[in-house]
Amino acid sequence: MNAHEHASHAHGDIGAHGSLKSYLVGFALSVVLTAIPFWLVMTGAIDNKQATAIVIMAFAAVQIVVHMVFFLHMNTTSEGGWSILALIFTVVLVVIVLTGSLWVMYHLNVNMMPGLHDMRQMP
Amino acid sequence: MSLTLTSSLAKTAGTEPVFHLENEQEHAEGGSTMLGFWIYLMSDCLIFAMLFAAYGVLGGNYAAGPAPKDLFDLQLVAVNTSMLLLSSITYGFAMLTMEKGRVAATQAWLAVTGLFGLAFIGIELYEFAHMIHEGATPQRSAFLSAFFTLVGTHGLHVTFGIIWLVTLMVQVWTRGLIAANRRRLMCLSMFWHFLDVIWIGVFTFVYLMGMLR
Repeated sequence: MNAHEHASHAHGDIGAHGSLKSYLVGFALSVVLTAIPFWLVMTGAIDNKQATAIVIMAFAAVQIVVHMVFFLHMNTTSEGGWSILALIFTVVLVVIVLTGSLWVMYHLNVNMMPGLHDMRQMP
Repeated sequence: MSLTLTSSLAKTAGTEPVFHLENEQEHAEGGSTMLGFWIYLMSDCLIFAMLFAAYGVLGGNYAAGPAPKDLFDLQLVAVNTSMLLLSSITYGFAMLTMEKGRVAATQAWLAVTGLFGLAFIGIELYEFAHMIHEGATPQRSAFLSAFFTLVGTHGLHVTFGIIWLVTLMVQVWTRGLIAANRRRLMCLSMFWHFLDVIWIGVFTFVYLMGMLR
């Protein structure tokens, strides 16, 4: 029984190997990274809306990395590198799906806008 | 590891052929569960990516109905976010006490996590009920359909997470912190923290960006 338990831990489980310090550091970081975007939007601290959007998206990206490292204990060696490989593959797919959908549908909306094309020039 | 098939060896020895790899490594029971569950989470992440993409495309189509600014209450969303964040850290404490083998403390932290999860679901349902009461139903506009599908799917995940949590508390209560229960608790830990990661995307992309529109 003990040997089995030891073997399963030696592989480097994804969910394990957290310490109290790493959880508290992760929690403190995520509180700060959550509070600042909410504060920015609720008070309108930055006048430019587009700039605010870019800043809060950057905060979200950083916070996702913080959660991955401190709560999900993601690193390059857990499960022999297979978990990070699956994660990278998923991130690539998510980026393709999101940018592809937004890009294609934006251009579809622009090109289907009534009044954009001058009908008199049609044969 | 030698890749020579035992069958070919067996033939030369003149005995019955055996169709498996010689010197196959010993695998501890459940040794690959964590990686398998991680891959499930990644596929779940793709479901959310589709819903985020749908919301991103349809989020501006109000059909002359209410817009995010008319509906969202950021203070309520901030409280909701802190509930989920607190449930993440309390689940972390449950994992730490589990590794020390302290059953009662693990159960207590799991219970606290469940209560924070219930608070999250309660606030979300209150928000949904309030919106529907004001006529902002999923049928009202493409924006609202996409909103309810995305946020509702996340809420459904949290609901099933709570059911799973209660199931595991019963398991730990009846059988203690055996290896199988530790493995299950680690799977739920990944699921729970994963849902918090998805929520970061939801409050940023849906609520905060919605108020900026």
